[in-house]
Amino acid sequence: MSDAIEVGGLHKRYGDFEAVRGIDISVAVGEVFGLLGPNGAGKTTTVEILEGYRARSAGEVSVLGHDPARRELALRRRIGIVLQAGGIYGHLTPRETLRHWAGFYRAPREVEEVLALVGLSERADVRARKLSGGQLRRLDFALALIGDPDLIFLDEPTTGFDPEARRAAWETILSLKELGKTILLTTHYLDEAQALADRVAIVKDGRILAIGPPNELGSHPPTHPPGAAHYRVAYRDSTGERVEMQTDNPTRTLHELTEAALARGEQLQELSVGRPSLEDVYLELTADAGAVASSASATLPETGAHAEGGADA
Amino acid sequence: MPEAVALTWRQYRLERRMFWRNPSAAFFNFALPLLFLVAGGAILSGRQHDLNLLIPAIAGMAVMSTTFTALAYNIVFLRERGVLKRIRGTPLPTGAYFGGVAANAVTNTAMQIAIITIAGRLFFGIGWPQDWIELVVFVVAGVVCFAALGVAFAHTIPNFESTAAYVNAVFLPVVFVSFYVFDSKSAPAFLRNIAEALPLKPLIDGLNGAMVTGTSIAGNASALVVIVLWGVFGTVLAVRGFTWEQRRS
Repeated sequence: MSDAIEVGGLHKRYGDFEAVRGIDISVAVGEVFGLLGPNGAGKTTTVEILEGYRARSAGEVSVLGHDPARRELALRRRIGIVLQAGGIYGHLTPRETLRHWAGFYRAPREVEEVLALVGLSERADVRARKLSGGQLRRLDFALALIGDPDLIFLDEPTTGFDPEARRAAWETILSLKELGKTILLTTHYLDEAQALADRVAIVKDGRILAIGPPNELGSHPPTHPPGAAHYRVAYRDSTGERVEMQTDNPTRTLHELTEAALARGEQLQELSVGRPSLEDVYLELTADAGAVASSASATLPETGAHAEGGADA
Repeated sequence: MPEAVALTWRQYRLERRMFWRNPSAAFFNFALPLLFLVAGGAILSGRQHDLNLLIPAIAGMAVMSTTFTALAYNIVFLRERGVLKRIRGTPLPTGAYFGGVAANAVTNTAMQIAIITIAGRLFFGIGWPQDWIELVVFVVAGVVCFAALGVAFAHTIPNFESTAAYVNAVFLPVVFVSFYVFDSKSAPAFLRNIAEALPLKPLIDGLNGAMVTGTSIAGNASALVVIVLWGVFGTVLAVRGFTWEQRRS
């Protein structure tokens, strides 16, 4: 079976501004794929092109075998969209809204079943204007699911949630995955991408900077972005200050550090060696060049220079 | 095709249900012209000549408020609150959706015209309309014209908070100048020209002919032409300027 989503060389221009500058992704059937990036990275523009809301400027796009720009009913019957905000009828109850939406589709799911899945059964007969923000987002989810879609778009599904509501949303998303749904998710939360996505693409300035499974991003050569170090070494020095450094050669770095410490008769408190987390990779890739330079001089010095500094301390 | 008809009907039923659940919509779209009717009737009680003018004028205003005002409000609200965007992502055909929304507005127009007609017969000494066909022709022309203009006007309104200001900035002057010129034989020529060129005064003339004076459609042909021209103009702007989403600033 071919991929659920195939995108090649996607570009989108708004006047002089180029929001998307050559994105290539393919999402397999049944996969949860995350687009991760800061605000304004081009995530939403990309997703809205796939959903059929926007026309692309250039590139090839296939969603479930359709070109979304043609806005065919056959495609819209098979996708579910969770929008970033709004669009709920305040004067209708969740049950009424879902019943109405169910009428748009050929083979919808049971209204009661969907209400239960998103956890709205107890609020099913309350007018939407009286629902809390979290409950509205659950209704939002429910509307995306009522048509029993093969492919679900989730654009920042938990932005503004409290931690408990986020966990609940994650569980819903993971249960959708178990049903075999393909999910394209955008988020600027790293833990969310880590918890939900089979693969993640880090997007910035309309380009993909890295792509791969969240746990492997940054630690495997094919996806390893140039300039990013493989290992992080951290400890607390004799004054209690936390020192963190990056290195491609942890054996050597550790040797230098421990040798110097032993020579001074000191302990390296809380010494640790670790691979960069998704967060490290993300922050490094998405930081502006200037921000990287300043943070590098402040907290992330070059390995060699810092090894010497450690010896001085 | 039957499926599209069924979906339009479902959307229409939903819009009706929401309409009655929204007290402010029910009041402004429905009760307000009737209040004008009652208040005008009380003030002009016993002056048949003035009552004869009041009934078609209120009927014309009712057409404008249930279509132009109501649709401008609705479209801005639906656009700014993301309903249009959400609907657009579903398999509901566009025609079925807007068919339901428009039918909702037209239902209000029809109910108001019916109430005004009956009130004219029972309380205002006017009798049943002289020409039912002419009444239907002018109401339909007015509905299409003002509905299109309402949707087109919604495109100029930047956000929901300013809708009332935008809509009233058009609605109130048009109503006042049209009522004044319709009522006064001595209105200044420039005001008369403005009122005749706008669609409300011609609509009131047509309704006046149909409901009160018996002037035929042929006699009101130029009025009908003005309404139709505005309708064409409004339709072109309504379609060309349409946006499904809040504009990003």
